[in-house]
Amino acid sequence: MTDPVVSISDLRFAWAPGRDVLDIESFTLNAGERLFLRGASGTGKSTLLGIVAGVLEAGAGSVQILGHELTTLKPAARDRLRADHLGVIFQMFNLVPYLSVIGNVTLPLRFSPKRRAAIDGTEENEARRLLARLGLTDESLLSRRVSDLSVGQQQRVAAARALIGGPEIVIADEPTSALDAHVRDQFISLLSEEAQRTGAALLFVSHDAGLADHFDRAVDLSDINRAGVNA
Amino acid sequence: MSAILSLAWKSLMNRKGSVLLTLLAVALSVALFLGVDKARTGAREGFGNTISGTELIVGAPTGSVNLLLYSVFRMGSATAEISWPTYQQIANRPDVDWAVPISLGDSHRGFRVMGTTTEYFDHYKYGRQQDLTLAEGARFDDLFDAVIGADVARELGYDIGSPMILSHGLGQADFGSGHDNRPFRVSGILAPTGTPVDQTVHVSLEAITAIHVGWETGAKNPLADTISEETIRSFDLTPKTVTAIFLGLERKGTILTTRREINTNRGEPLMAIIPSQALAELWSVTAIAERALLAVSIFVIAVGVVSILTSILTSLNERRREMSILRAVGARPGHIFTLLVLEAGLVGFLGALVGIILIHALLLVAGPMVAERFGISLIGTGLGLTDLYTLLAVTGAALLAGAIPAWMAFRRSLADGLSIRV
Repeated sequence: MTDPVVSISDLRFAWAPGRDVLDIESFTLNAGERLFLRGASGTGKSTLLGIVAGVLEAGAGSVQILGHELTTLKPAARDRLRADHLGVIFQMFNLVPYLSVIGNVTLPLRFSPKRRAAIDGTEENEARRLLARLGLTDESLLSRRVSDLSVGQQQRVAAARALIGGPEIVIADEPTSALDAHVRDQFISLLSEEAQRTGAALLFVSHDAGLADHFDRAVDLSDINRAGVNA
Repeated sequence: MSAILSLAWKSLMNRKGSVLLTLLAVALSVALFLGVDKARTGAREGFGNTISGTELIVGAPTGSVNLLLYSVFRMGSATAEISWPTYQQIANRPDVDWAVPISLGDSHRGFRVMGTTTEYFDHYKYGRQQDLTLAEGARFDDLFDAVIGADVARELGYDIGSPMILSHGLGQADFGSGHDNRPFRVSGILAPTGTPVDQTVHVSLEAITAIHVGWETGAKNPLADTISEETIRSFDLTPKTVTAIFLGLERKGTILTTRREINTNRGEPLMAIIPSQALAELWSVTAIAERALLAVSIFVIAVGVVSILTSILTSLNERRREMSILRAVGARPGHIFTLLVLEAGLVGFLGALVGIILIHALLLVAGPMVAERFGISLIGTGLGLTDLYTLLAVTGAALLAGAIPAWMAFRRSLADGLSIRV
């Protein structure tokens, strides 16, 4: 197995001094791996994702993303790293309301010349290709306002956006909690397949342990987080 | 930068309704400001152009502004008159080229009546040495002929041949206080000049004397009406006094010497003013009001810019999610800051642009009318540096105003991280 894309050791994080939200001895996400991270709400999973994405700064310890030590990088460099190597899918309301479906999918390319360069052909064609892979082929659907799409469709657009330009890591934070069971399973397999095809490691976070079967490996946040404080 | 600019544009288009209202507020404030500025420039130019070609105005001693006000602007009244022999003495000075006497004191339905000689029409000039021209009819020839200004004709609906009854003093013509026994007829109508000439009824000096036959005591003699027109025509109607004298000099170089000599005249005390100097003095008084008006319109622009600030601030909460999404796909906090500043700048820029187009379209349509009615020349003040500076200043102010919500969003995007708050 190649080097891990995310490697955390002795991470501590607190919103207020003395009240640790995260205290993780070790956590890794390997290249191309599809990892299920289970955590009930309030166990610090959003905080952990914020740290991995380089938006939050770790209080202590080491956080390595693709060999870059985040704790020593300047904020601008962390932003650059996120733009180039990370795709993010939120729980819901993932899309920028004033951009078209295509505009939303290609949004990361505006901030990352590296991901722009990774695309064959035009940005729009790449967006259409990804959307088609995720089951969104209907032309009338693509011309609709994003707020008029169903939640399931919105999440697929968000998945296409996270995958465009081939980032090494895709983070999904409870992306299926607003979907019904049938749509949820379909979404997870599509996302999982596409991540595998592009070679992205998938860090899928959910409180629903029942989803663990879809993934290569499952980790329970409460097992690795020694802080265990409600945050 | 261009990526953010296109985002800012799309974001604005998404909120078309409220953005358009804000843009309109800015546009109207800019149009008001530029309108005031152009009216001000036009008024100042028009004001300075009220009289030209006249080197000196002579009257009884008073303030120079006062003399200018009553002799040229037909405002207020003279404190004293100049006797006819003194007029003749001034007119016969070797350094005087021409001397036109004027006699004021009567009115016709709110318009001042001025007695003068036909030479007045040759020598009174306005603007860039423009002559008075007759739109219709001829100069006064008969004793009871009147030449009226363009405003008089328009407002009173007079044509050539219309009868007019002058009133004594400056009030309305009541029964008994009017010169109703001596009706005039309109012999000519002057073309509009945009000067007080438009509001003046011109008659001959002799006519002024004639209508005052029987008024020697200052009030109407009960027997005045018994004097027939034929009798009056047979009188010597040479005036005893005139109100002021317009002078043209043989050589411009002597203007200061001539003025000093008239001011120190040994007989009757006199005062001579140089019109352009007195105009400048008068303008410095009105300049205060003019500046106040300009200050108010600048504040209106400030209100317009504040409305940009308000509209962005109110949209900030509902856009918190959008900011988190942008951060997640790789936007730096600086990008968020730039996005909001650009949105404000765009609204400011477009608003100012629309305002400039608005005011110029308005001037193009209404300009000729304003010029004719109020004598303020607004055309020919086309697109200029003022417009460019206003555009830049408003855009700059909008960018600055946008920095406030942008800074708030910037701080928030650092604190919120990737978590999305509704």
